[in-house]
Amino acid sequence: MAKGLYVSETAGMSIIKRGQRNRLSETAVRLILILCALVAVATTIGIVASLLFESLRFFQKVPLTDFLFGLEWSPQTALRADQVGSSGAFGAVPLIAGTLLISAIAMLVATPLGLMSAIYLAEYASAKTRNTIKPLLELLAGIPTVVYGFFAALIVAPMLRNGGESMGFEISSESALAAGITMGMMIIPFISSLSDDVINAVPQSLRDASYGLGATQAETIKQVILPAATPGIAGSLLLATSRAIGETMIVVMAAGLAAKLTANPLEAVTTVTVQIVTLLTGDQEFDSAKTLSAFALGLLLFVITLILNVIALRIVDRYKEQYD
Amino acid sequence: MTEITGILKTAGSKRHRAEARFRAYGLIAIAVSLSFLLIMIGSIITRGSGAFHQTFVQIDVELPAEKLDPEGTGDPDVLRKARYGKLLKAALRDRFPAVKSRSDKKALYKLLSSNAEYTIRDQVVADPLLVGGTHAFWVRASSEVDQYMKGKIDSSLEESRRRINDKQLAWIAELQDAGKIEKRFNTQFFTGGDSREPEQAGIMGAVAGSAYTLLICFVLSFPVGVLAAVYLEEFSAKGRLNRFIEVNINNLAAVPSIVYGLLGLAIFLNVFNLPRSTPLVGGMVLALMTLPTIIIASRSSLRAVPPSIREAAYGLGASKVQTTFHHVVPLAMPGMLTGSIIGMAQALGETAPLLMIGMVAFIVDIPGGVTEAATALPVQIFLWADSPERGFMEKTSAAILVLLGFLIIMNLVAVYLRRRLEIRW
Amino acid sequence: MTGTNSATPILKVENGQVFYGDKQAITNVHVDIIPNAVTAFIGPSGCGKSTLLRCFNRMNDVIPICRVEGSFKLADQDIYDPRVDVVSLRQRIGMVFQKPNPFPKSIFDNVAYGPKIHGLAASKADMHTIVESSLTRAGLWDEVKDRLDQPGTGLSGGQQQRLCIARAIAVQPKVILMDEPCSALDPIATATIETLIDELCENYTIIIVTHSMQQAARVSQKTAFFHLGELVEFGATEQIFSAPVDERTQNYITGRIG
Repeated sequence: MAKGLYVSETAGMSIIKRGQRNRLSETAVRLILILCALVAVATTIGIVASLLFESLRFFQKVPLTDFLFGLEWSPQTALRADQVGSSGAFGAVPLIAGTLLISAIAMLVATPLGLMSAIYLAEYASAKTRNTIKPLLELLAGIPTVVYGFFAALIVAPMLRNGGESMGFEISSESALAAGITMGMMIIPFISSLSDDVINAVPQSLRDASYGLGATQAETIKQVILPAATPGIAGSLLLATSRAIGETMIVVMAAGLAAKLTANPLEAVTTVTVQIVTLLTGDQEFDSAKTLSAFALGLLLFVITLILNVIALRIVDRYKEQYD
Repeated sequence: MTEITGILKTAGSKRHRAEARFRAYGLIAIAVSLSFLLIMIGSIITRGSGAFHQTFVQIDVELPAEKLDPEGTGDPDVLRKARYGKLLKAALRDRFPAVKSRSDKKALYKLLSSNAEYTIRDQVVADPLLVGGTHAFWVRASSEVDQYMKGKIDSSLEESRRRINDKQLAWIAELQDAGKIEKRFNTQFFTGGDSREPEQAGIMGAVAGSAYTLLICFVLSFPVGVLAAVYLEEFSAKGRLNRFIEVNINNLAAVPSIVYGLLGLAIFLNVFNLPRSTPLVGGMVLALMTLPTIIIASRSSLRAVPPSIREAAYGLGASKVQTTFHHVVPLAMPGMLTGSIIGMAQALGETAPLLMIGMVAFIVDIPGGVTEAATALPVQIFLWADSPERGFMEKTSAAILVLLGFLIIMNLVAVYLRRRLEIRW
Repeated sequence: MTGTNSATPILKVENGQVFYGDKQAITNVHVDIIPNAVTAFIGPSGCGKSTLLRCFNRMNDVIPICRVEGSFKLADQDIYDPRVDVVSLRQRIGMVFQKPNPFPKSIFDNVAYGPKIHGLAASKADMHTIVESSLTRAGLWDEVKDRLDQPGTGLSGGQQQRLCIARAIAVQPKVILMDEPCSALDPIATATIETLIDELCENYTIIIVTHSMQQAARVSQKTAFFHLGELVEFGATEQIFSAPVDERTQNYITGRIG
């Protein structure tokens, strides 16, 4: 109020007009800002709409149940035989199984390594060690996935095959193991930096209490810090899993193309993302079930990762609030 | 009170062993993780460093005027049309007169790259005075010879199991003795476009494609990301809309990148009919993908600006817009830029969404604009990694090294900005 | 454990010095702590009383820039001897912190944690006995006996602090260090804790850091007054509060330094 009085007393009407113009441009600016923020919402809508629209066209040709529960995936033959849907060649189960197998291997590699690295960095390492090792680990996260794919296909896979041969195993050159191990390497920094944050959020007073009782550091970590950090760690593992499921390049380059329902990590399996890439990088006709099935797979991938992310983000948020 | 004893360490007690073991697990985990990094980078460097050099062969080529420019015009168009391949083959036969049989001749021609004739052509066109004499030219060797010279082909293998036969080995040895074969810095790798022949393939096309793509990506995502962050931090009421947008952004940040590619394919290409395989569409897709990163970084950097700055501006009678854009945003700019560079670095390494919008085509020409068909550096790596020719293995590794080089530079710039410009409150 | 050998100090500090980097936090302190009594450390904020307290169970070890010099002895054994096992040391010298810090576990597990890591209970029944007797001594048993499996963080502030005391005595320490144990509590909870301290000193040696002179006067037998990292005056509580020798002590207890 005082400001308004001062203005009108000294400068009269013209100032008030300018004030109104200001208000108008303020509204315009505000509008632009809102529009920019809504781009994020529009992106989500765009993703959902495009996936849903194309998927619905697909489900007109192939029943949803065949897609979700079918045990056989062979889009190529289905196209040629011109009997789309009736043959059940669009069953996504082997793809989901392959995706889960590779992701599980990746998590098996990355969880102990990432978690133990985080524990060491958060609890044992001196500030100096921490400041050197953390960026080095994060370097692993900064390397493009296509590089991991190359490494998996041309270095890890032949190494495993030769190693297997010398021990009498037969390991496929596109084995789930090679893709999984490499993907695990990629995910280590993801788990270690998220867990590091989570472990650091555990209040110092709990450590003090445990040390004050004469607990060793390992006892304190195992029995006080990790239990307190469990929800946060679980959240970060879920995020990492979602990342593994959605990862494309490593599996495109190192995993197989043929859909096979197996739990043997030495065999070649294919994944949802591999099939999307394979289906959409050839010639495309936009009404063939073959092309449209890629969008149905995309929708499936989006829904699975979204569910994992929502759960994980909620767990992590709640965990952080607890210690704020 | 002497009853209190035993506070001294008892060597090898169970609890201390457990402690040491646990600590060792941590160290081992870090060592294993870092050795992954080391093995990966190391194996790529050892495989890729060869690509920076290329084997060249010196050969004397006769350039008879009657075959190149019978009328003596010196017209570049005439010179360009002449058939240098024949001259080169003749020169090879002259160099190795003992070669008689048809198949041997074929093997002989295979010593040189298929584009060797163009090297001669370009030099002749540039200097028409060469016509009429015999001159020594350094031309590119074929990929097999190059690989052999780099020690990638084991000559002790059985002849049928290697890509280079015994006679070819003998010719190479002869050239070596005469000092007519040598490795030189491979400028073609940095300046050339893609090729089916490994020895001719370069990354410039892919680098240019990536540059255009990132340009579009930055131009779109930086302003939108910063303004969205300004809205969320400074303008919006902390209500439901804000919360909704925030959840949206957090979830978008974790959507698999390939899904963005599907979005680009379905909407940008099929609905808006934008040109396929172009940096324009690639940049748009990557912009949507990096937007969450930029918004999240910009918000935290806005949040770091202390409220006292805003209060000071308001106290002087500045409006909300003035306060924000005159005071708060400039102070937050270094942090926003840092976040954006990191976002751009992620976008530079991204492959999967570009595959979806057709940036995987085999493109020889270096793109000249954002609406020309192009490929990008990581996609080029993917394409080369898929090629069966042995020579592409080192090209792929070398392209990875170039990509990593760009990423390191971008991250160093980000670190520099953070250290130097970011104001610590 | 009766008062007969109370003249023999259980803790003895000679020429104690503590540095944080280049800054000296404690200068030249000599203190003898007599067993089975409450010794109060008082003084204005930043005078080093908490720092000195944390020297006794080497909680300062976790701060990299902190350096301790001089002789700190527990029953004639050098606490800072490199051969000393801090784990065993802290089993004998327990600690209660400023803010109640129960683990995010059940009430039972909070108390059982110490005995478990030190292997003090041979069986489940043993553990139960220890937990019950610790909670009883901490005056909390009747309040929590029906909900031992509920989280310790769900208790009120005063109850949480008594739980922390129970947790500390469950490992059968000789000495209990208390770092402003009532500063986060309301007056009623404070009174309960003070009564508890009074009872506990029959069996334990207690050192309490407090910024409340009334509390020091109420609970302690001996009082040490610190100022700017120096031990200014140390003696029987009655004497410190009624007839302080040093002028600075006089000024502090009459409210002129604060």
